[in-house]
Amino acid sequence: MEQYLTLQNIGIATGFALILIGLYGGLTNKNILRIIVSFTIFNSGLNIVIVALAYLKGRVAPIIDDTTGLDNLSQKFVDPVPQALVLTAIVIGLGVTGVMLAYALKMYQNKQTLNINDFKETKW
Amino acid sequence: MYKNILILALLVGLGILLSTAITDREENTSLPELPAYYADNTAKEVGAANMVTAVIVTYRGFDTLGEVTILFVSAALIAMFLKTGNRRKNRNPRPSSVILSTAQKLLFPLIILFGAYVFANGHLTPGGGFQGGAIIATAFLLWLMANPEGEMRHGILSSLEAFSGTFYVIIGVVGVILGVGFLNNSILPLGELGRLFSAGAIPVIYSLIGLKVGAELSNILHHLNEVQNEE
Amino acid sequence: MDVNIILALFLAVIMIVVAVAALMAKRVRTAVLAAGLVSLVASIMFLLLAAPDVAMTEAAIGSGLTTIIFFYVLNKIRRSDV
Repeated sequence: MEQYLTLQNIGIATGFALILIGLYGGLTNKNILRIIVSFTIFNSGLNIVIVALAYLKGRVAPIIDDTTGLDNLSQKFVDPVPQALVLTAIVIGLGVTGVMLAYALKMYQNKQTLNINDFKETKW
Repeated sequence: MYKNILILALLVGLGILLSTAITDREENTSLPELPAYYADNTAKEVGAANMVTAVIVTYRGFDTLGEVTILFVSAALIAMFLKTGNRRKNRNPRPSSVILSTAQKLLFPLIILFGAYVFANGHLTPGGGFQGGAIIATAFLLWLMANPEGEMRHGILSSLEAFSGTFYVIIGVVGVILGVGFLNNSILPLGELGRLFSAGAIPVIYSLIGLKVGAELSNILHHLNEVQNEE
Repeated sequence: MDVNIILALFLAVIMIVVAVAALMAKRVRTAVLAAGLVSLVASIMFLLLAAPDVAMTEAAIGSGLTTIIFFYVLNKIRRSDV
């Protein structure tokens, strides 16, 4: 048990837990706004998993300064590529959430309801 | 009700599958080949102290161009969904308190300055165009809260956004003309590592991204604020 | 045990409890605030995982602006359960 208790494993487990919580909320709720809230929780969990997978024990953030020096940097830094991807994903997540909210507001103004089951037009 | 139990069972199964990511994974001790290359060569190839910035702006600059485009499209979509024509009724919203409007006058330039600091130093310290743009948008949010009826000049924001987006692509094309590659930062001299004017074109590109993201997010907030005043 | 691991466990427990509270919340505005809190705690987690750039982005965008956009929309939908 003790050998599993690393910072990386805690991050991965927390992220997966948030993903499952968000997925449960998105699948069981009927209210559109609650589905969007679940989506943001899912989004946070996914970001934590990706960053945690990039973490390496005992290494520092990939920024060169006086303490890191210039030699042997690949032995000192964590992986910068997943961090760059997650930074991108957070900003896109805001854009997607904004579009979903604006669309939900439009749907509410058209039908005065937030229940997803009342929108039957696109159902086959 | 049995549907929820079914979903719960499905998620428990998924959780058991995902838990093997912790139990069966071998601990990494070294970087993969590509990040190791980035870590060893960023200082002399790109000249940026912050490696995440080097990856975002130079090594994967094309992805970032796509990301900024996605943000622009989502801002345009939000404007399209919220557009209701010119049926604006004067509802006389509650005026903001004295504390808020006075503090806003003091804080607005300081927050803008802090945002500019964050995106201009993106190649040296944590931060960059996206964080700085979000901070600038919070300054506009404060302004909107203090003046809920205020008419923000749309033209300035839109032209700032258009200018920085166009200039961003032009800098990329200059790299192609000089033969170093699209969005390569070595079109300007790399300079000394750790200085503000170093890392070639990265401070310029990240400042443009910061202005563009700030203008886009402020535009989104402005559209949402306009909807509040309609009935 | 390392102090970072204790802090990470503490943050993990907070995040999971608040995320469950977001699902259980009676009103949507409580759920929105809880989701924003999950993002804010996640940004501290990113700092522990040696990602200060991601931590800044998550704190400014994921936790700040997303919550504000939610509240702008909630203000337009005036209902008792919102």
